[in-house]
Amino acid sequence: MKETAPNPFINGLWRQNPTFVQILGMCPTLAITNSVQNAIAMGLATAFVLICSNGLIAAIRKHVPKQVRIATYIAIIATAVTVTDYLVKAISISVYKALGPFIPLIVANCLVLERAEGFAAKKPVIPSMMDGAGMGLGFAFGLTCLGTVREVLGAGTFLGIHLFGPNFEPWVLFLLPPGGFISLAIWLLIFASYRERKDRRERARAALLTIQPAEVQS
Amino acid sequence: MNESLGHIFVDAFLINNFVLCVFLGMCSFLGLSSKVSTAWRMGVSVIFVITVSAILSYGTNLILVAFHAEYLRLITYIVIIAATVQLTEMFIKKKSPELFRELGIYLPLITTNCAVLAVPLFQTARGYNLLQSTVFALAASGGYCMAMVLLALVRERTELSDVPSLARGTALTLVLASILSMAFMGFAGMGGGG
Repeated sequence: MKETAPNPFINGLWRQNPTFVQILGMCPTLAITNSVQNAIAMGLATAFVLICSNGLIAAIRKHVPKQVRIATYIAIIATAVTVTDYLVKAISISVYKALGPFIPLIVANCLVLERAEGFAAKKPVIPSMMDGAGMGLGFAFGLTCLGTVREVLGAGTFLGIHLFGPNFEPWVLFLLPPGGFISLAIWLLIFASYRERKDRRERARAALLTIQPAEVQS
Repeated sequence: MNESLGHIFVDAFLINNFVLCVFLGMCSFLGLSSKVSTAWRMGVSVIFVITVSAILSYGTNLILVAFHAEYLRLITYIVIIAATVQLTEMFIKKKSPELFRELGIYLPLITTNCAVLAVPLFQTARGYNLLQSTVFALAASGGYCMAMVLLALVRERTELSDVPSLARGTALTLVLASILSMAFMGFAGMGGGG
């Protein structure tokens, strides 16, 4: 593969997807995904925090001394999270209750700090915000994938709509903690096998290209 | 809230184990549990950090409530945790340089371990007093340490077994964690329906 400078938005959404490729921010990924609605809400909240904190950090990146940068980043992230916390409370009390302590815990989400340190600290404001949006939506996408599996199998519903009729016996295990681990493992396996197949195909194509000229000569 | 100390302890240590039932501190749980010795050391430093920061944030919360500045809670807690981690780092560096070298990058990373932030948040939300908070912090971090060591023990065994190459790494660890978590579900009845 040629290393072109990737669009930060697409990069976060797919190539460096925080859930399936980087495996960052696991706590909310596993804890909040017992319904699709919670998963989407959590993903959007994290995306909002990422956009705010990435933008702010990129704006002040030249003024922060190296020694205190982590502390500064964390203070900025904590501010963004506090704003989000009050926003969610103002928008929907039921969502706020369902997400519970996991909104304040976005502060300790390694994804947010990793993006601050790994991207926003080096790049200008607009790409950093794009990166935040891409990463955040990629995270939301990962959460939604996981939430779909868990809600459909564990409760027989999708966004509260019953799917299988009255005779469906819900597989409650998927709503409980072990189900979270298992369904994430399944998703990781699916993505790993997809990537491996893609790799193999590319290798085969590359091999073909190196063989062909020789055959033409002979 | 007038829960007995024993109940708080069993609840945070086993029934609502921070790692396996509430999903806190996942990154280090998955990342640092490949060797028992590392897992054990990480667990002990987390116990220290959580307990100290829980006591400190209990005091700070009283001040914040007195000044009606509850909206600053999150920021103060995270600053307290960062300071405690720094303190632990200096302490370990002085006491045992080899342990310091072994923990390496993971020591500063305790700051972004959600389990550490969750303890002050939970104790504030549940209105624990100082003694209850301390017991809660000890139990929660003890549970974290136990889960780390348990998973590390299993992972050391699976090191030698023949696993499909796709499932190696995180996927396998997640399956193992899931089985552990199922085992911990068995404790759910112990709290008297709590």
